[in-house]
Amino acid sequence: MSEKFDVIVVGAGPAGTACAFTCAKNGLKVLLIERGEYPGAKNVMGGVLYRQQLEELIPEFWKEAPLERPVVEQRFWMMDKESVVTFGYKGLEWAVEPYNNFTVLRAKFDQWFASKAVEAGALLINETVVTECIVENGKVVGVRTDRPDGEVYADVVVLADGVNSLLSKQLGFHKEFRPDEVALTVMEVINLPKDKINDRFNLEDNQGCTIEIFGDSTKGNLGTAFLYTNKESLNIGVGTTLSSMIKAKIKPYELLDYLKNHPMVKPFLEGGESAEYLAHLIPEGGYHSVPKVVGNGVVVVGDAAQLVNAIHREGSNLAMHSGLLAAEAIVEANKRGDFSEASLNHYREALYNSFIIKDLEKYKDATHTFEKYPQYFKDYIPMLNRAASQFFTVDGTPKREKQKQIMKSMTAEKGTFRVLQDIYRAWKAVK
Amino acid sequence: MSTKNLEEKQYLIRFKCDTKSHLTVLDHDICMTKCPDKICTIFCPAEVYKWEGTRMQVGYEGCHECGSCRIGCPYQNIKWEYPKGGHGIIFRLA
Repeated sequence: MSEKFDVIVVGAGPAGTACAFTCAKNGLKVLLIERGEYPGAKNVMGGVLYRQQLEELIPEFWKEAPLERPVVEQRFWMMDKESVVTFGYKGLEWAVEPYNNFTVLRAKFDQWFASKAVEAGALLINETVVTECIVENGKVVGVRTDRPDGEVYADVVVLADGVNSLLSKQLGFHKEFRPDEVALTVMEVINLPKDKINDRFNLEDNQGCTIEIFGDSTKGNLGTAFLYTNKESLNIGVGTTLSSMIKAKIKPYELLDYLKNHPMVKPFLEGGESAEYLAHLIPEGGYHSVPKVVGNGVVVVGDAAQLVNAIHREGSNLAMHSGLLAAEAIVEANKRGDFSEASLNHYREALYNSFIIKDLEKYKDATHTFEKYPQYFKDYIPMLNRAASQFFTVDGTPKREKQKQIMKSMTAEKGTFRVLQDIYRAWKAVK
Repeated sequence: MSTKNLEEKQYLIRFKCDTKSHLTVLDHDICMTKCPDKICTIFCPAEVYKWEGTRMQVGYEGCHECGSCRIGCPYQNIKWEYPKGGHGIIFRLA
């Protein structure tokens, strides 16, 4: 394997494959290294893939990619122990091309996506762990793998090794992430016949629904749960920051079972058969946690660069777009024959000028705020449920009087000033 | 639907186990003397870690390779590597 490549990409997930695909399309000699038995074997996602960023790479990909359902309805639940306040949007403009987003099963999707990079000319090698970057004179010149004689050289190494990017840590691009910078999420795929899914979620065959569940789904801890529809299965999962899990001493699989047995959730799953159980970390540190992403002969993309927008559940699309931006910078660097940090810094500039970092910047204090002030999940969601119950229960009280009572009960617990302060703080964190 | 306990959930997954652990508890005395909660035994999604009175048993065979133990150990007492290429957990679906 002592051949030299233009580019070595470590990790065949959305970020790495997007980068390998684009580099290969531009005529570069690309090696894509994957540690799993196949691309996707190690990857986990709740399941929503946004269309726009993949379409930039592969026009009309939905005609051939293994997708589950185009999402036509997004619901948001603020759930208490025996009640839920819901909000959502269903629009049939999402049921037709070009669609907005899709549910996907990653083990299938990632294999297809990597096959597109191979078609474009990249060489994919599975079952290979990159153990370290080879650094000479302050420049990354290749990688060392766990294969015999496993050293490979390239002008540029792309680190797309995911949330556990041991390689960028080795290079000193970031310290170990803190438990409040990652979310531990567990999920199950539950097989359920198509007609049952359509009936329960009010869907046609090629339509999907997503439900994000806040509040009692995490027992008031900072996190969310989700319930997504695949063709003939459901993905149900729950996650909180690892720090919340540690603090509240939560066993994640017990939290998942609590969710599955919740009276608001259980009827959706009735008769289903568990098909797979999966755990993964999501990098949710946001803007402040984005590491150094460019060095001499090396760039970092996707989860490895903490590019996840937890508020909008965007990750795989950001990964793909970062892979594309990195590839464009690499192609330019290749023309110049200059792979220094200064030359590759075009990637960093493009990334910071793109919606990716702009969006992360918008929400830069959100995780921190909600972690520091747990009342939003712990107090306000139950409060909201009580208010809705009061408002919609007909008991002879005049409506104006009801409104007054509700306002009073909301401020009585905390005081008007604290409530206003909480509202202002939350608004500031997401404005 | 019937709820499966963790053991049953783990049976749903395909693993190709290496003969050697990719997870190493560096100093069992730290677990014993400094870490009353042994929090890794609680938050690990696959119950890889089990305290056996004087040492931490590491059932790496069922590991999801999520990385939580490396980040969550309050004493940075867990050496965490990737299993050998092609080994470890193999997700078939999501």
